[in-house]
Amino acid sequence: MPELPDTGVDDEIGSGPTATEAFEREQHEFGGVAGDSGLLQVGAIEAGPASTRRRGAGLGFGAWAAIGWMGFIILIAVLAKVGILTWGDANESFASCARKGPLADEGGAKGFLLGCDSNGRDMIPRLALGAWTSLLVAVGAVTLGFIIGGTLGLIAGFTGGKTDTILTGMFNVLLSVPVIIMALALVAFLQGASGEEGALSPEMILIIAIGVVAIPLIGRITRASSLTWAQREFVLASRAQGAKSRRIMIREVLPNVLPAMFSIALLAIGIAIVAEGALAILGVGVRPPTPSWGNMIALDRGNLFKSPHIVFEASLLIFFTVLSLNLLGDVVRARFDVREGGL
Amino acid sequence: MSPSEDRFGDAPYDGPMLEVTDIKTYFETDRGLVRSVDGVSLTLERGKTIGIVGESGSGKTVLSRSIMGLLPKRGVVREGSVKFEGQEFIGIKPKEMRAFWGAQMSMIFQDPMTSLNPVMKVGNQITESIREHLDVSKSYAMELAENLLESVRIPEPRKRLKEYPHQLSGGMRQRVCIAVALACGPKLLFADEPTTALDVTVQAQVLDLMAAQQRERFMAMVLVTHDLGVVAGRADDIAVMYAGRIVEKAPTATLFANMKMPYTEALLSSIPKLAHDSHTRLATIPGRPPDLVHPPKGCKFAPRCTYVQDKCLEEEPPLTDLGGGHQYRCWFPVGTPGGAAALEKNRTSASPAPAAAVTSPVGGQA
Repeated sequence: MPELPDTGVDDEIGSGPTATEAFEREQHEFGGVAGDSGLLQVGAIEAGPASTRRRGAGLGFGAWAAIGWMGFIILIAVLAKVGILTWGDANESFASCARKGPLADEGGAKGFLLGCDSNGRDMIPRLALGAWTSLLVAVGAVTLGFIIGGTLGLIAGFTGGKTDTILTGMFNVLLSVPVIIMALALVAFLQGASGEEGALSPEMILIIAIGVVAIPLIGRITRASSLTWAQREFVLASRAQGAKSRRIMIREVLPNVLPAMFSIALLAIGIAIVAEGALAILGVGVRPPTPSWGNMIALDRGNLFKSPHIVFEASLLIFFTVLSLNLLGDVVRARFDVREGGL
Repeated sequence: MSPSEDRFGDAPYDGPMLEVTDIKTYFETDRGLVRSVDGVSLTLERGKTIGIVGESGSGKTVLSRSIMGLLPKRGVVREGSVKFEGQEFIGIKPKEMRAFWGAQMSMIFQDPMTSLNPVMKVGNQITESIREHLDVSKSYAMELAENLLESVRIPEPRKRLKEYPHQLSGGMRQRVCIAVALACGPKLLFADEPTTALDVTVQAQVLDLMAAQQRERFMAMVLVTHDLGVVAGRADDIAVMYAGRIVEKAPTATLFANMKMPYTEALLSSIPKLAHDSHTRLATIPGRPPDLVHPPKGCKFAPRCTYVQDKCLEEEPPLTDLGGGHQYRCWFPVGTPGGAAALEKNRTSASPAPAAAVTSPVGGQA
C-alpha cells in the first residue's frame, strides 16, 4: 500500500497549513471526538479551493482501504452468523471434492469458488463463519482485558502510592509468565471448570483466556497514560473546586485517557486474532466443526503442500484483517497526538 | 472594612477570616527534607487582598496550596495552624476539606492552558462544581454558568458554553478559570500567578476583572506573584517571601515608602524603570535562592545581600515588629543608621564579605 505513510505524517508536515487551517482542523477533530455535529460542519466548510488537500478525505487511501476491508469482514461475519445470506452449509461435506482447489466443482452441479477443505466442505461459508468466531473471540477478549486491565490501570495511575505499587506489582508478575503458556494453562483450567456439560462455550473459554493474558499489558499502558494526565493542573483545579476523587478519575482523567486507549484497542484486537490462531494450532482453539480462521489453518496445516489454498485463504484473511486494524490504530493515534500537541 | 462593618451580614464569625500561624510545609525527598514553607504567619480579613511576592522557589505557591490543603497526599509534612473563620484546617480529613474547596475558598492557577480540561466543554467545567456544592438543576446551573461568563466579560457566553478550551484565546481561558473559581461564590480566592502566562496587554484586564469581582463579592484574596508591579496597586498588604519565610510584611504603601529588608529593596530595584536611559544595565540580585534542604545557618538572604555582616551569616534575625502591621527580618535594615553603616563598610572594604558567599556554589532549589 503506497499510501500508507501518507496518513499520519502528511497531517503534520504536509503543505504547511496556515494557523487558521490548523485551528479549524483541530476543531474538526475535536468534533469527531465528542460527536458534536455543530463542530463537524467546520470540516465540511473548509474543504474549499484554498486548501490543496481535501480535509474530509484526509485519511488517505490506506486508511480508507482498511476501513473498507474491516467493514466487509464484519458484514460477512454478521451475515454468516445470523444466516440472512447463506453461501451453503459450513459443515456440509462433499467427499468427492475434498482438498479440491478454487473453482472445483462436484460433478458440475455445484461450484466452489474458493475450493474445499480436506473434508470436502465449501471454503466460503466456513471462512465467513470463521470470521465471526475469530472476531468474536478477539473483540471479546480485548473488551474483557480493557474492562479489567483498563480499570485497574486507571486506578493505579490515578491513585498512586501503595495501590499503584500493588497493582503494578501484580501486572509485572503476570507479565513474567510466558503468554502462550499462561493462555494454555487458563484454557485447560477453564475447560476443566466448565465440566462435561460445557457451562462455558469454547468461544467463552478462549475469550477469558486471551482476555486475562491481555489484562497486565493493557493495565500497564493505561496506568502510564492516566499517571501523566492525573498530574495535570486541571486535575488539581478540579480538586480545588471540591470534586470527589472518583469523580475526578472518571470525569477528568478517563476522557483524556480514552483516545489513546482506543488506538491500542484496535492494535490489541489484531494481536488477539493472531493469538486465537496460535491457540488453535496448539489444539486448544474452538471445538471442531465450528470454524474459526485459526481452526481452519490448524486443521489443514498437514495439507500445506498438496492443497495450499486452504491454509492460504484463511491466512490471507487474518493477514489483511490484522494489517487493517494496525493501520487504523495508527491513524487514530496520529489524529489524537495532533490534538494533544495543539493544546 | 472590618468584619463588624460587613454590610452583607452573612458572616457570623467575628474574627479575621483567615488566620495562619507558624505554618510549615516540608517535602520528603531522596536528598532530605525540603523546607518549602518554614514558619509563616499571616492574617486576612474579608474583602482584603494580600500579595505574596518572591522569586521562583521562595515557597509562594507551596504556601498558598498548603493553606488551602491542596498538597500531595504522600511525603508532605504540614504543621502549624490554619484557621478559616475559626475552623482549623490542619489535621482534618480531605473529605471534610471538600466542603470548603470551591464553595468557601477557591484557586486560580498560573497557566490557563493546562488548568482547564481539554476534552470537556467550558459550560460543563463551570457547572461541575455548582452541581457538586449547590443543589440545583442542570439547566439552572447552565444559566448560572452563562451569567458567570458574562460577568467575566466573555462575549457571546451562551455560545462559549458549548466550546472547548482550545477554541478560546489565553486571556479568555483565564477568564473561564476565574468563572470556574467564582462559580460557588467563595469567600476566599487564591490566585497563583494568575497573569504570568498571559500577554502584558491582557494581564491588566484580567487583574482589573479580578479586582472588580472581588469588590462585588466582598471576597478576600491571596494574590501570589513574582511581580511587585502586579501587587503594587492591588493588594492591601504585601508579604515578601524568601526561602520559605516571610522576610518583610507591611501595608502596601508602607512597604514601598519605608522598606526595611534589603531583599525587598533588591526586588524593587530589579524592576526596569521608564526613566532609565535605553541600554541601562538591569539591576539583578546575584546568586540563587538557597538550597532548602540545607539552608544557610544565619539569615537566608545573607549570601546574596549587599548589607551582609558577620552577624548575618551566624545568626538568623527574628521577625521584628515596627507596628502598624509592618514586620521585617533583618539585622541591618534599609534606611537605618545600622544598615547604612553596614552598606558603607561593605563598599569600602577591599574584599566585601558577600563576595565569597555569592560565588560559592549554592544548590538551586525550586
